[in-house]
Amino acid sequence: MKIRSQIGMVLNLDKCIGCHTCSVTCKNVWTSREGMEYAWFNNVETKPGVGYPNEWENQKKWKGGWERKSDGTLQPRIGGKLKVLGNIFANPDLPQIDDYYEPFTFDYQNLHTAPDSKHQPTARPRSLISGERMQKIETGPNWEEILGGEFSKRSKDQNFENVQKDIYGQFENTFMMYLPRLCEHCLNPTCAAACPSGAIYKREEDGIVLIDQDKCRGWRMCISGCPYKKIYYNWKSGKSEKCILCYPRIEAGLPTVCSETCVGRIRYLGVLLYDADRIKEVAASGSEQDLYEKQLEIFLDPFDDRIIAQAKKDGIPDSVITAAQQSPVYKMAVDWKLALPLHPEYRTLPMVWYVPPLSPIQSAHEAGHIGSSGVIPDVKSLRIPVKYLANLLTAGDERPVVRALERMLAMRAYMRASQVEGVKDLAVLEQAGLSESQALEMYRYLAIANYEDRFVIPTSHREEALAAFPERGGCGFTFGNGCSDGNSEVNMFGGRKTNSAIIKTWNME
Amino acid sequence: MNTFFFGIYPYIAIAVCLIGCWARFDRDQYTWKAGSSQLLRTRNFRIASNLFHVGILFILAGHFVGLLTPASIYHHVISTEAKQLLAMVSGGFFGLVCLAGLCMLILRRMQDPRIRNTGSKGDLTLLLLLLAQLLLGLGTIVASTQHLDGSVMVMLADWAQYIVTLQGGAAASAIEPVGFIYKLHVVLGMTLILLVPFTRLVHVISAPVWYLGRRYQVVRQKTAQR
Repeated sequence: MKIRSQIGMVLNLDKCIGCHTCSVTCKNVWTSREGMEYAWFNNVETKPGVGYPNEWENQKKWKGGWERKSDGTLQPRIGGKLKVLGNIFANPDLPQIDDYYEPFTFDYQNLHTAPDSKHQPTARPRSLISGERMQKIETGPNWEEILGGEFSKRSKDQNFENVQKDIYGQFENTFMMYLPRLCEHCLNPTCAAACPSGAIYKREEDGIVLIDQDKCRGWRMCISGCPYKKIYYNWKSGKSEKCILCYPRIEAGLPTVCSETCVGRIRYLGVLLYDADRIKEVAASGSEQDLYEKQLEIFLDPFDDRIIAQAKKDGIPDSVITAAQQSPVYKMAVDWKLALPLHPEYRTLPMVWYVPPLSPIQSAHEAGHIGSSGVIPDVKSLRIPVKYLANLLTAGDERPVVRALERMLAMRAYMRASQVEGVKDLAVLEQAGLSESQALEMYRYLAIANYEDRFVIPTSHREEALAAFPERGGCGFTFGNGCSDGNSEVNMFGGRKTNSAIIKTWNME
Repeated sequence: MNTFFFGIYPYIAIAVCLIGCWARFDRDQYTWKAGSSQLLRTRNFRIASNLFHVGILFILAGHFVGLLTPASIYHHVISTEAKQLLAMVSGGFFGLVCLAGLCMLILRRMQDPRIRNTGSKGDLTLLLLLLAQLLLGLGTIVASTQHLDGSVMVMLADWAQYIVTLQGGAAASAIEPVGFIYKLHVVLGMTLILLVPFTRLVHVISAPVWYLGRRYQVVRQKTAQR
């Protein structure tokens, strides 16, 4: 067993109002640069819909994620290593920028400079790629906002597999949800596996997946490798970029920008301990529907004494273990099994999980589409949304989705009974397999969602990774080229890095 | 003149290339990239880029093997005349393959507003220089049909072998008698080598062949900077 820690995220879709604050704050901080205008490290999609980029879930088209070969081993769907190298001159599975959208601005200046005329002057769109006039904006990062556009287009959504679309049509007015998406910081990332340069790596301390911008050579295989299409090629720098889980904030114990600014307080960040030795085996599980349960198995109980001892042996600091014990992500994903992974069938073992939305079920109940068993609406009778959610979150297995929805409904019914009617309705909890203390905690985390409960992030121990003694003499006021010290160990002019020391007077074990 | 271009200039070009690449790798690795524009326009890119790359890689390999293999070694396998013919036929074929791809890439870069407006002048200049070099190279094949005995090829190989064994003077006199088009091709070739560190050509050096040998997942620890 080799224990590693990972910062995971849970998004409570039940409370997402689709306001895009996460996307906009993320954009402002990280991608408001030329070359990355079209890139959204975080975006919010209205579902059902084909999403951004176009039909990203259609892996027959984009070939993202892993594929299990007949001998039981995994290989990126874009191909083995030889095939990847063979395609290096031109990646056949690369989206064109129009599959995201052609970024645009408007000729605002025309509003100031237009001559006197009978009609109002207009600000017409202009491409930010070619600089030329765009006659019409064909698509955007959120083109299907609140089910915009025709149903025929939106119904290409891959999650309609095994759902009769015409039947779904009847539910159009009652079934809609928002899906905020970001990099999944997978345990088994295909982007990293597909990178010919080996520039994409997972950090051992917190599991954040990053692209070394110096080592990236722009072979652009990662873009195809990632099934979530969350790696973006910066056409200006010629390097790929991706969500960095705001690692400078995470290292300081702060939540990511998207989480911090979420007005619905739907996001949770916390530590999970997992067994790194089992990644390969779990990701290669035989049935796609097993992947969710198998991934749960890889997470380790942070209260187990043997796990704690092993974690310490593997160099995990006490602060991280404590954080793992208080982790909201562990509670929601493992303890209560409310949170589910996004498309586990891609076999990347994603680490951003989702609490399925109740609202479509609740509104269907109110519209009379759905019966009830006791106080709780009968979730199972609303076959279509459940199947849809299962295709989205559990590779089509409806049971975990139903369990999560029923638990949330039971918690609501219990709280309503105790707050409004003053009775303790333990039967309703029993029906959903919850204890009273669990229900109360769920209420605290889901309904109240205090800042301290949502974000339990241990600060990183930089002092153990970085020698502090030469740092003090490093950059700040310095001579010559001292502050840009390059990457390689050898300096062509025989210089020495200002933040390294020749004579070591400290012990770095 | 002859001594400078064929005895000294090659060393200047190689030195600038090596030191320049070292400096760029060390000081500004963020600029070290293939510089693909496929994202902006995929239409015809697969065929154009593959033709170009396959062609030019074969040509480069052919030059290395053809020029640097000593006669005493290849005579075990092939005669001088046959070797010249082989070089002309295979080089001609892959030259045309490369030419087709290169022309498509140049047209794409000049005509497509997305590529034209986001690309740099340096990229286009480089493609045009490669085109000139390729046309010169194909021109030498035509010129070679006039002398099929392989004598010119031997002189060029001697020059290359003197250069790599650091005998600049001997190299310059070895190449003296060859035709002007060959000399132009050699000088432009040396110039392209000289330009490597200042263009996107550096991505050739990073050809990720060792990808074949590495494990799929890369995990990094925060390491101590000492």
